[in-house]
Amino acid sequence: MIVIIDYGLGNLASVKNALDKLGIPNRISSSSKVLKKAKALILPGVGAAKQGMKNLKSMGLDKVIIEEIEKGKPFLGICLGMQLLFKSSEEGNVNCLGILKGTVKKFKKMKKIPQIGWNQVDIRKDSKLLKDIKDNSYFYFVNSFYCTPKENIAIGLTNYGETFASIVKSKNITGVQFHPEKSSKAGFQLLENFAKGANYVS
Amino acid sequence: MLAKRIIPCLDMTEGKVVKGVQFVNFRDAGDPVKLAKEYDLQGADELVFLDITATVENRDILLDVVRRTANEVTIPFSVGGGVRTVSDMRMILRAGADKVSVNTGAFKNPKLISDCAKEFGSQCVVLSLDAKKVGPNRWNVFINGGRTDTGISAIDWAKKAVKLGAGEILLTSIDTDGMKEGFNVELTRRISKAVSVPVIASGGAGKLDDFVEIFKKGFADAALAASLFHFKELTIKQVKNYLRKSGIPIRRLL
Repeated sequence: MIVIIDYGLGNLASVKNALDKLGIPNRISSSSKVLKKAKALILPGVGAAKQGMKNLKSMGLDKVIIEEIEKGKPFLGICLGMQLLFKSSEEGNVNCLGILKGTVKKFKKMKKIPQIGWNQVDIRKDSKLLKDIKDNSYFYFVNSFYCTPKENIAIGLTNYGETFASIVKSKNITGVQFHPEKSSKAGFQLLENFAKGANYVS
Repeated sequence: MLAKRIIPCLDMTEGKVVKGVQFVNFRDAGDPVKLAKEYDLQGADELVFLDITATVENRDILLDVVRRTANEVTIPFSVGGGVRTVSDMRMILRAGADKVSVNTGAFKNPKLISDCAKEFGSQCVVLSLDAKKVGPNRWNVFINGGRTDTGISAIDWAKKAVKLGAGEILLTSIDTDGMKEGFNVELTRRISKAVSVPVIASGGAGKLDDFVEIFKKGFADAALAASLFHFKELTIKQVKNYLRKSGIPIRRLL
């Protein structure tokens, strides 16, 4: 079962709805026990890095996430959930989980912040995660900050003034800056591919 | 590149979609959830639901529509109408909406914006602003369904709301609303230049060129239309194809 991590931030219901529509067994939980038993984990998130890390720490979930990722469990970070995987964020000068090398920066070039709307993902590397998703497909973004990975793990790039990593993949870890659960066909396809990669028969 | 968004608006009363002209004279246009799903399939980038006769009695009907819509559509949607408290917003977000718009409630109690932004994040808080021209170079904010002139400048209020934490502005021009003679380019341009958050233009869409104009000259980030789509005078596909041909970045299904 895929577990959607509830750390008090974010649109859990949207992610659950999407997985339900795809017929992928899932549940929402904040229990370490449940997370440890999960076949795959999704960390969603809408909001600020500071609050996000505060919640993860106070709930003891930061340690569980690090452990489970280390064990090789398939993991998907969405939006803030992706940003928290990195070392630190300019948003509130916060130290994040530090699982991926790199930092999170604020958009500086465009006048309108946050980026709200549909933007394209330039696919740079093939991956099972991107099966049946065409290059330059549109996904829905709502973000003021973006990730700058230090390693070569960006498989999708997007431009909003700055060109940034919109999809990263490093072994069992996947991060997407956009909201696949709100990105219509392309987004749902990505979620389905993630679930299939975590060995689901849908 | 970030695409401009085309957003159908579903004005609702008692669970049915309606459409008015200059905020009066409503005609019945159908079942909101069914329409929402159709628009999603037709390529709408987002949806806006507005409960225009928001009363306590209608609140449950609205939340039911929100829940059913969240189950049916795969694109973001926002909901507004009579939102006065943080609790109102919480209920709507919990029911499955992605954003909530505030209008009169925020004007009368600006702290509503900051409280909501603090709790749910600015990206969930849309300021819905109805403006009407009252003099050369002057548009005032109107509240209570566009009926009451507040005497306050629309540009000033927009700026203030963004400072308080509004993440987006849904700007409706009362003068052009329902008239199908074009969006209010001048008003939209002024508001868009004055704030650093996206602006959704609303009011006046009648023909394809109106959409090109509001993006090219009005600097809108998104364009909203209601009866134009409800009564099938134009389809979303037609609008998007035309915009694409005119060089405006638009999302398409690849």
